[in-house]
Amino acid sequence: MEFFLLFISAAIINNFVLSMFLGICPFIGVSNKFSSAISMGMATTFVMVITAVVSWLIWHLILIPNGLEFLQIPSFILVIASLVQFVEMFIKKVSQPIYRALGIFLPLITTNCAILGLALLIAMKDYTFIEGIFFSLGAGAGFTLALILMAGIREELELADVPKPFRGAPITLIVAGLLALAFMGFAGMIS
Amino acid sequence: MKKQVTLLKEYTKGLWEINPVFKQVLGMCPTLAVTVSAINGIAMALATTFVLVLSSLIISIIRKLIPPQVRIASYIVIIATFVTIADLVMKAQFPELSKSLGPFIPLIVVNCLILGRAEAFASKNTPVRALFDSLGNGTGFLIVLFIIGSIREILGSGTILGFHIMPLTFEPWLIMILPAGAFLTLGLLMGLANFYVDHKKNKERESIIEKFRSSKQLPTIETEA
Repeated sequence: MEFFLLFISAAIINNFVLSMFLGICPFIGVSNKFSSAISMGMATTFVMVITAVVSWLIWHLILIPNGLEFLQIPSFILVIASLVQFVEMFIKKVSQPIYRALGIFLPLITTNCAILGLALLIAMKDYTFIEGIFFSLGAGAGFTLALILMAGIREELELADVPKPFRGAPITLIVAGLLALAFMGFAGMIS
Repeated sequence: MKKQVTLLKEYTKGLWEINPVFKQVLGMCPTLAVTVSAINGIAMALATTFVLVLSSLIISIIRKLIPPQVRIASYIVIIATFVTIADLVMKAQFPELSKSLGPFIPLIVVNCLILGRAEAFASKNTPVRALFDSLGNGTGFLIVLFIIGSIREILGSGTILGFHIMPLTFEPWLIMILPAGAFLTLGLLMGLANFYVDHKKNKERESIIEKFRSSKQLPTIETEA
């Protein structure tokens, strides 16, 4: 039950995109088509879970025992960069259809601050291994949810008569603001 | 060799022409997340500028030594080094500020602004130019963060830099210090910036047409007559 609450809290109440502002770049960049939003969300969730596992192991088994906490940022970012590369090669070898669906999004994920933010938050909040996995699953689900909602709205926006200066990024931000307002309704659901 | 722009131009273009937030739409996460108050915005922008300037400088100095295949990884290591310095200094000197900025100081590593400038400018230009370019971009970032932070602080809590400026009867708009307020403020500001640019362009076009007309005025009148 506790893990389920952690999942829900990361996915909805403290949504990574809409209330913690992590991963705004792909949120604005990749949310113009429904299908690519789903692929991006899945790819990100996948990398998030792997990152959570590996960064937890590095933080608790290598960095803390050796007193190397100051190497946290460089080691995490290098782990993420190499993991993404590895995942890309692995998927390419194992399944061509999945590679074609997710392939172009994988390199983008390296500089997605949601991934590094997740690794840092897990270290900062001192989650246990299992908690970390559920937290990352929730974060991935929340990211995907926000991306899909946004993509759905943006497909409708294509037909709307938006004033010229507001086309593109500005209207996306305003819509995101309204979505964030809607997500505030979930606040307080779980303390 | 192509004609190069002056160093001053290299600096000032970052303020508006290629402003990181409004024009390049880079570095959105910190822009939205930390601008609850003006002071947070300033601290975040200064830390980012520190990392941006030093990493641009180093990357530009060793740009001929880095093999192109591993350049992104090298940039990230250089950036991560300076971010670690900034993070530790902030933690030691300004513990409260560091706490209120949360994980966003370490997250400067993945701020696309820094990697973007490294890739687009520092890796191709001399150290002096890279220095001015990164200073300009940093200043542009600082201005935007300060503006957004001030707007949200004034409307959201009635203060600026901690001083009360709004009348006592002013009811703070709670939404401005919530996440939704960040999105709305930035969206409206960006729209405003675009509107201004369009307006200026239209005016320029009109003045050119006007000039053209006035220079041709005589012949047209003659033909009409």
